[in-house]
Amino acid sequence: MTSSYLHAPGFIAGDRPKIVTSRFEYVDSYKIDRFIATGGYQGLRSALSRPAQTVHDDVKSATVLGRGGAGFPAGVKWGLTPQEVWPRYLVVNGDESEPGTYKDRLLMERDPHQLIEGCLIACYAAGLSQCFLYIRGEMAVAQERVAEALNEAYEAGYVGKNILGTNFSVDIVLHWGAGAYVVGEETALIESLEGNRGMPRLKPPFFPAANGLYGQPTIVNNVETLANLPWLMTNGVDAYTAIGTKTSPGTRMVAVSGHVVRPGVYEIVNGTTTFRDLIYGEEFCGGIRNGHALKAFVPGGGSAPWFTSDQLDLPFEGSQVGAAGSMLGSGAIMVMDETTDIPAAALTLTRFYAHESCGKCTPCREGGTWLERILSRVVDGKGTDADLAQLIEVGESICPGDFPHASNEALGLTAVPFPYKMTTICFVGPSAYVPVHSALTLFRSEFDARITKRTMIKVTAVGVSS
Amino acid sequence: MSRLTDAHVALANEIIGRYPRPKSALVPLLHLAQEQDGYITRDAMVHIGELVGVTSAEVYGTATFYEMFKFEPVGKYVVNICGTMSCALMGSEELMHHAEQRLGIKAGGTTPDGMFTLEHAECQAACTEAPCLQVNYRYRYRLTPADLDELIDDLSAERLTHEIPPHGTVAKVRQHIPSHRGVGVVAPELVTESPAWLNGKAAL
Repeated sequence: MTSSYLHAPGFIAGDRPKIVTSRFEYVDSYKIDRFIATGGYQGLRSALSRPAQTVHDDVKSATVLGRGGAGFPAGVKWGLTPQEVWPRYLVVNGDESEPGTYKDRLLMERDPHQLIEGCLIACYAAGLSQCFLYIRGEMAVAQERVAEALNEAYEAGYVGKNILGTNFSVDIVLHWGAGAYVVGEETALIESLEGNRGMPRLKPPFFPAANGLYGQPTIVNNVETLANLPWLMTNGVDAYTAIGTKTSPGTRMVAVSGHVVRPGVYEIVNGTTTFRDLIYGEEFCGGIRNGHALKAFVPGGGSAPWFTSDQLDLPFEGSQVGAAGSMLGSGAIMVMDETTDIPAAALTLTRFYAHESCGKCTPCREGGTWLERILSRVVDGKGTDADLAQLIEVGESICPGDFPHASNEALGLTAVPFPYKMTTICFVGPSAYVPVHSALTLFRSEFDARITKRTMIKVTAVGVSS
Repeated sequence: MSRLTDAHVALANEIIGRYPRPKSALVPLLHLAQEQDGYITRDAMVHIGELVGVTSAEVYGTATFYEMFKFEPVGKYVVNICGTMSCALMGSEELMHHAEQRLGIKAGGTTPDGMFTLEHAECQAACTEAPCLQVNYRYRYRLTPADLDELIDDLSAERLTHEIPPHGTVAKVRQHIPSHRGVGVVAPELVTESPAWLNGKAAL
């Protein structure tokens, strides 16, 4: 069975609470008429009927966690701005490009007005005077849908001067990038928005809330995070926290890809749904393709250390996944079955991060490239024992100390919790080492086998042989 | 080739007017130049520098950071085949190999007739629909080599022009802020007080 939502490629609905995907069933879900007919802009009305501070308090008490990767509560983030420094800006992070992640693009293409409404609620609650909506450069259709929606919303009086006849006025400016993964890091996003090369800024300050766009207090929120706000405003804090768990309320958009029967994007109940549910559950992916066994999976986007079947019963909840040695990241699970060539699979991720390094920090710029070249040599069957030692040495110069990994009963490994220490400004450098470290820790024999042969091995496409 | 046309200059000034600092418009303006000429010319960078008030070296510095900007002519259709993990697991290497054979070029190359440029791309946010590719940033999902052949046939025969514009044009719809509805830029030197709606009262 595939999705019946052919207009929303990949999205698979289910009999579960829908907070951000409630309109996906409509072919014209991105049009303002459909949006308004299905409760659109009611959350904004509800917010504007109350003092801004109480709206901010609601977002805080609902514990709306950031959906971009770090999982930081949005309401707390909004409160980190320094006193009496104006103006303040909202920058929306629609630069989705973490390997495995596919949700923000769907939300922008299928329900752009919901995102716009979320932006308006955030601006109202946190006193943000101008909003810049940054969409990844390669997402042509998302840019078109959001542009069209903004044009409609301006005409209808939902965006711009004196919104709904009140003293709340804010412009939402559509901005678009030109292809650079690192721009998803919030300070790099701001640099890019200022017209510069998209390189992350030196920290501290740790949060752009203190010093961001044009040196002003700036809130950077992910698309999915903001898309939660209209529902929260319409239905209230109690209804929101009734879904999911106390520490992870609401729902999450999760993309499961790779060797499963039914890869797709699912809106799941936060905190309780387990990886086993997601990979094997009939209402989700329905198991591994062609009756194969699971070998490993990446639980939270390409930057997340890998899990194996030992971790299947963990729930989709940040602190438990962190203690188990990985992270939830951006809601992206990539599944590898037993036919997968592990060193070659790790190489596809390491190559990604090496390629996407902005070049600002030496350990990432040089280390990422070294990791890619050495691993590539190993995958081609030209590696030596010294190469494996070198991979670890390069990795340790990017991330000194114990590197997080999962426990493994068969190998007698106990988990090292997330996160790692790092010698770079942002997470791109460490992320190049993540797949190398996970693959070497959990599947060392596959590397050894390639090396001890010391002959040319013909490489076939990764995992294609089923 | 080629400074921005008068129509594009008007559009450029409209875009610049939305930002508290003109330099913020650099990337959108570079897209405009690429839409006009199919790639970014030296003259266009000089012209954009004049419009934004920075040196052409600064324009070049920003432009060369971003992968979508091309500095020499490319094919009418740029085919980006994703090769990151989810796509690799589902056969993107085979797809790339097939594309190279079919088009008679290696990844990074352009066909002699100027129709196709083939590129190896990184994750395109369509991981559940692997293997995927983009033609001028328009998606095709779950492709087999046969699907790829059909796509190349259709593109060669110009049967997809209604959906896929020539390289350079990304979004076909632009934002337009009507003057009677827009707030205008909120620049740090213009605004030093908290916004009106933070007065402790409901706005509605």
